[in-house]
Amino acid sequence: MDDLIVEFLTETNESLAAIDVQLVNLEQNPNDKNLLGSIFRLMHTIKGTCGFLGLPRLETVAHRAENVMGRFRDGSLEVTPDYVTLIFESIDRIKYIIGELEANGKEPDGADTDLIEKLDAVFEGRDLPQKSAAPAAEVPKPAAPVDPLQAIWDSIPAPADPIAAALSIPSQNDSKPAAPEAPAPVAAAPAAKPAEAPKASAKEEDHTAKESSVANQTLRVNVDVLENLMTLVSEMVLTRNQLLQIMRTSKESEFAAPLQRLNHVVSDLQEGVMKTRMQPIGAAWSKLPRIIRDLSHELGKKIELVMIGEETELDRQVLDLIKDPLTHMVRNSGDHGIEKPADRQMAGKPETGKIILRAFHEGGHIIIEIKDDGRGLNTARIKAKAIEKGIATADELANMTDKQIHQFIFDAGFSTAEKITSVSGRGVGMDVVRTNIEKIGGTIDLTSEEGKGSTFTIKIPLTLAIVSGLIVEAAGERYAIPQLSVQELVLASDKGDNRIEYINGTPIFRLRNHLLPLVSLQKLLKLPDAPSKVVAKNGNRGGNANNRYIVVTKVGGYVFGIIVDRVFDTEEIVVKPVAKMLSHIELFSGNTILGDGSVIMILDPGGIAKSTGEISVASAAKEEEEVDNRSRSGTKTSLLLFATGDSMPKAVPLSLVARLEDIDVTKIEASNGQMLIQYRGSLMPLIKFHPDMPMKKEGTQPTLVFSDGTRSMGLMVCDIIDIVEDYINVQITSDRPGFLGSSIIRGNATDIIDVGYYLKGAYKDWFKDHGDEDFDREDMKRLRRVLIVDDSPFFRNMLTPLLSVAGYEVTAAESPIRALEMQEAGEEFDIIISDIEMPEMSGFEFAQTVRNKPGCWKDTPMVALTSHATQNDIDRGREVGFSKYVAKFDRDTLLNTLSQTLAERKHSVAGGAA
Amino acid sequence: MSLMGEVNKFRKRRAGEVDEGPQTTEFLTIVVNGQMFGIPVLQVQDVLRQQSVTRVPLAPPEVAGALNLRGRIVTAINVRCRLGLPDMDEGTKTMSVVVEHEHELYSLIIDKVGDVLSMKNEDFESVPPTLDPAWRDIANGIFRLENQLMVVVDVARLLRHSVH
Repeated sequence: MDDLIVEFLTETNESLAAIDVQLVNLEQNPNDKNLLGSIFRLMHTIKGTCGFLGLPRLETVAHRAENVMGRFRDGSLEVTPDYVTLIFESIDRIKYIIGELEANGKEPDGADTDLIEKLDAVFEGRDLPQKSAAPAAEVPKPAAPVDPLQAIWDSIPAPADPIAAALSIPSQNDSKPAAPEAPAPVAAAPAAKPAEAPKASAKEEDHTAKESSVANQTLRVNVDVLENLMTLVSEMVLTRNQLLQIMRTSKESEFAAPLQRLNHVVSDLQEGVMKTRMQPIGAAWSKLPRIIRDLSHELGKKIELVMIGEETELDRQVLDLIKDPLTHMVRNSGDHGIEKPADRQMAGKPETGKIILRAFHEGGHIIIEIKDDGRGLNTARIKAKAIEKGIATADELANMTDKQIHQFIFDAGFSTAEKITSVSGRGVGMDVVRTNIEKIGGTIDLTSEEGKGSTFTIKIPLTLAIVSGLIVEAAGERYAIPQLSVQELVLASDKGDNRIEYINGTPIFRLRNHLLPLVSLQKLLKLPDAPSKVVAKNGNRGGNANNRYIVVTKVGGYVFGIIVDRVFDTEEIVVKPVAKMLSHIELFSGNTILGDGSVIMILDPGGIAKSTGEISVASAAKEEEEVDNRSRSGTKTSLLLFATGDSMPKAVPLSLVARLEDIDVTKIEASNGQMLIQYRGSLMPLIKFHPDMPMKKEGTQPTLVFSDGTRSMGLMVCDIIDIVEDYINVQITSDRPGFLGSSIIRGNATDIIDVGYYLKGAYKDWFKDHGDEDFDREDMKRLRRVLIVDDSPFFRNMLTPLLSVAGYEVTAAESPIRALEMQEAGEEFDIIISDIEMPEMSGFEFAQTVRNKPGCWKDTPMVALTSHATQNDIDRGREVGFSKYVAKFDRDTLLNTLSQTLAERKHSVAGGAA
Repeated sequence: MSLMGEVNKFRKRRAGEVDEGPQTTEFLTIVVNGQMFGIPVLQVQDVLRQQSVTRVPLAPPEVAGALNLRGRIVTAINVRCRLGLPDMDEGTKTMSVVVEHEHELYSLIIDKVGDVLSMKNEDFESVPPTLDPAWRDIANGIFRLENQLMVVVDVARLLRHSVH
């Protein structure tokens, strides 16, 4: 049976049961307005729901009964016992139909013409002459004298029922016993009733038996009860953790086994209670279609709202908190995002705009996406607004990317009301949306492209009740950081590469070639040095005391590091609000009791971000932008700078370097004029950067290790200088062997070395399998540009260095869509390698699109890459424009294919030119 | 009792806003810096020996920290600090009295806890206006004992200062 129907049945049965109790009162007090009102509402609800569910028979009965009830309610018809009976009858009929519906999943056959006729008659007032005249005037007179017994019979209920008696008891009491005995000529209406009544009651009996089947499967529980239960379970989890902690320290104990059992039961219980709080997100979406419909009417737009993943469940509490932000954002999309049909047509888009709302689980999170294909954010307008509001200056804006500028809409005071469109906002700005989402530990992100639409991505935790916390220590005190915002942990030492550096006393850390702003938890919390730390410094543990941990934390798009002294494990914690006296301290989101019974404060990463200076989302966005750039080695490249004894620094793309080693010079062996070292269980050839390079007599020699499969070679240099990220723009090409040319890197003229030269120096056959026939000097000057399109980061990461080593300039795109964007941006490539199975767009579609679009990619050779290729696939690939087909794991074939394809092309182009 | 005596009693009660029903009120006596204070016994939840507390950084100075009392988190208030008195010498044992205020538990750290005394309402006097403002702020009134005076603590006011 349809879920909706089941729900409807449960609800209706409940309401009917409630009304049954009250109906008895109705007989005694027919003009009870409250009761009439509640029956009216029930009828009304049934009518409405049935219409929606497609249950015509039930709907008709409820509708007609509602009509009559409506007259009672507005007082235009007095409630007489006859009418009460009629209501009973209607309710019984409804019960009967519902019973059948429950049993068979559909309405029973047949019609309710008799009942409907009666109801209509009452509604239209047609029964009046009969009823008020006949029963009130005629019936009592003949009935009372005719049957003296009847008179006595009449008198019995009278005292108990004074009002009914006063009103029109004769007609009612008369009809019941009279009908079976002697069919009185009185009224058609009452006469039908006795016949109906037994039938209805019989139906009701077997209906009540069935009722339990659906009604008992669900039970309505007050939310407070659930909340209370959840609190108790949370306490229980804490107590269990405490017990487990005690167990860990005591070795053998007879409590061990029962405690294990308790542990499991509590976990199950916790999960079970959590489940009772889970609701499908559809509950928060239910109003949206209507809002969008109204909005499209109001604004004269055509908008289609697509909702995907309504069944995704999340905690009720979270659901309540995101309801308003979600509604606001969807409305925004419809209001500001989607254009008017005419504008859309002009832009070459379908008239109907689409808003896609999608929810899905990912880890302990739920992700909600709100995507529209509207006009996107108007960057120029936002810029103007930002300047007007004094949020940023024109100079600052000039250096920002579009994405950074878009983030301004989340700024407080950047009202949506005056933004972009004429239709005003609804009083909630995007800053409020962001604040609300961050309040529950969520994040919101935005991508937008002018003319193409915007996508908002919200990431929120599934539940707030119990979270996983990372326990850290600063200055001898422990604190919990919600695991949700922790990205990674880094150990920083005082010396060496992993050291914390300072600019004007501000700590900064280099995390994978990016500067990570740091805050010291100790300084942040204004903690004095802990006594334990002083002891450590003075002696015993020595170096250990200098080690510190950096908790890399992400708030929204802003990533920063929190310096702590120690990191313990993670623990499930129940967030309890801090006392009112302390609630003004922004850095804490709550406190909790740990397994060992101690109280611990829970840090609020959002509060920390805020208190360490205005959190600039813009800079966060920039960070992400740079991450984007890193995947495209074609634009900016990470370079390793090193010195080789002469004045000119040398640079090599970092992606080519497998490892950096300090090699002990005493361990270097020589064989046949070739220096060797035992490295990771095998011999690795070593070559000096140039033969005259001075070698150290003792100590260690810095060495770059290049690796390809099983083979490695070491290139010894004088000193490693730095790692930088810069554009390689070879300005002076070089004829010297081993150099590609010179480029300006970080303001210094720098030689870019040709790794291939050194590789060949170590292994004559390094490129043998790689088709090095094409590896002539001509090509080295201008690297062959390869575009890899693959949704798997693994393959992108695998292929990028592989092809780089083979001498290609590699750009990776994580999706065909991204690749097509590059095409539109006018980027050029010599060859495109594409995966076939990708979400969003398959390789076939991608190839077809590329081939059909006029532009520079039309003739670019394309190689398909797939993990399983059938002949069909290969044929299809050829058809849509792939020149070659290569299996994904076949590295050598891929390299051969690339060089062949390029060679063929070169010849054909040369031939064409000649 | 003379009529004047009755009137005086009534006045005193009004001034002190002490429980007007019974003739006596019970107080838990505590000692801070040699001075005796009284907390209405009905407000006292618990009496604790010295507890280790978790410091709460950035909290108001009188907040000593938070502690776990049978699964509930209790905020500890250093009453000496609240009254502008110097801390006790290090190593001296303290005690605390747990009170409930607006559904939250607070542990008032004091020097030591004395007996529960039953005070006659007629011995009640209002706070002398000459008292230090910090003291006057938390005091409800003063009871005359035979050889000393007991300051009645208004728990709500004692905590209110910290809340704001």
